[in-house]
Amino acid sequence: MTFINYASREINCKIVYYGPGLCGKTTNLQHIYDATAPQAKGKLISLATETDRTLFFDFMPLELGTVRGFKTRFHLYTVPGQVFYEASRKLILKGVDGVVFVADSQEERMDANIESLFNLEENLKAHGYDLMKIPYVLQLNKRDLPNVIPTEDLTVELLKKGEPVVEAVASTGVGVFDTLKAVAKQVLTELRKS
Amino acid sequence: MANLELSLELSSPSNMPILIREQRYHHIKALLARLRLDASARVVVLVEKDGQQIAAHGEVGALDTTSLASLVAGNVAATGGMAKLIGEKEFPTLSHEGDKESIHISVIGRILLVVVFDQRSSLGLVKLRSKQASHELAAAFAEIERDSETSDNSKLPFSEITDEEIDSLFVQN
Repeated sequence: MTFINYASREINCKIVYYGPGLCGKTTNLQHIYDATAPQAKGKLISLATETDRTLFFDFMPLELGTVRGFKTRFHLYTVPGQVFYEASRKLILKGVDGVVFVADSQEERMDANIESLFNLEENLKAHGYDLMKIPYVLQLNKRDLPNVIPTEDLTVELLKKGEPVVEAVASTGVGVFDTLKAVAKQVLTELRKS
Repeated sequence: MANLELSLELSSPSNMPILIREQRYHHIKALLARLRLDASARVVVLVEKDGQQIAAHGEVGALDTTSLASLVAGNVAATGGMAKLIGEKEFPTLSHEGDKESIHISVIGRILLVVVFDQRSSLGLVKLRSKQASHELAAAFAEIERDSETSDNSKLPFSEITDEEIDSLFVQN
């Protein structure tokens, strides 16, 4: 839910990175964190297991700049991808303004993508949101790996509503900011409509 | 830069932004300032259940209140989930006591009141003062919600934003 504070002249929005386990959600945030100037970001908080799997969520605030005298700030969250963390995954979608679905392009992860995307729709519904109506971007990650499914085939399986599709290699930063821009732009456009 | 409930029930989200007008903000800041004094606390922060900070007051210094707000909301959401699993609606207060610094969290409807305190205060005093302040804070937030519902959206700072202005944000970075 967007917060507009007239006293501190700030606009705060919440974006959630969703997807199956090990698809690269945390890697997206890590790259954004590493590539952003210190004054534009807060701390990257990772609530992870000892083996660096996301246990609850990752969080980082990112300041994009000023529009009409208001600082525009995005709160970026990831969800834990592993199936058994369903309860905590659901919590994080509360109050979301935009969603990025990070798909793992590898052939053997196709079923996991489809299951996670179905899970996203269900969890959004549980909070009263409709995937077809909220700002949403599909990121096809891990395009550098040898066993990837062609983009066209992935798109046929995963595209929900003509959302922007970004090919990415989050580990090297390819497509990471394009994805963020695509979802942030939709969130701001939505604010104009509201 | 200076300065997240296992709920199976349907919440009522909307695309309506929460608007915090200056007057409301200063009123909440004044309430937090009084609570901080009364509770002999270090910092007092008001957070919305989704993890957005509404206001903070006190010896903030290097304390990252943005991250604190997000983690407090996550904490309350997780313990709320545990409450439901054992048949409780929610746990209305949470306390974490450290060697030197402690945190007390009160769940007041949609808002979370966070009091950070040290040896200058006590959990009992913080609990008492938090409870006393909760009614006024709840009323102040209800006013913010009313403002947001009745606001003329055509006057929002973003209502006339152009595509070029949106694009410019990404050029700046």
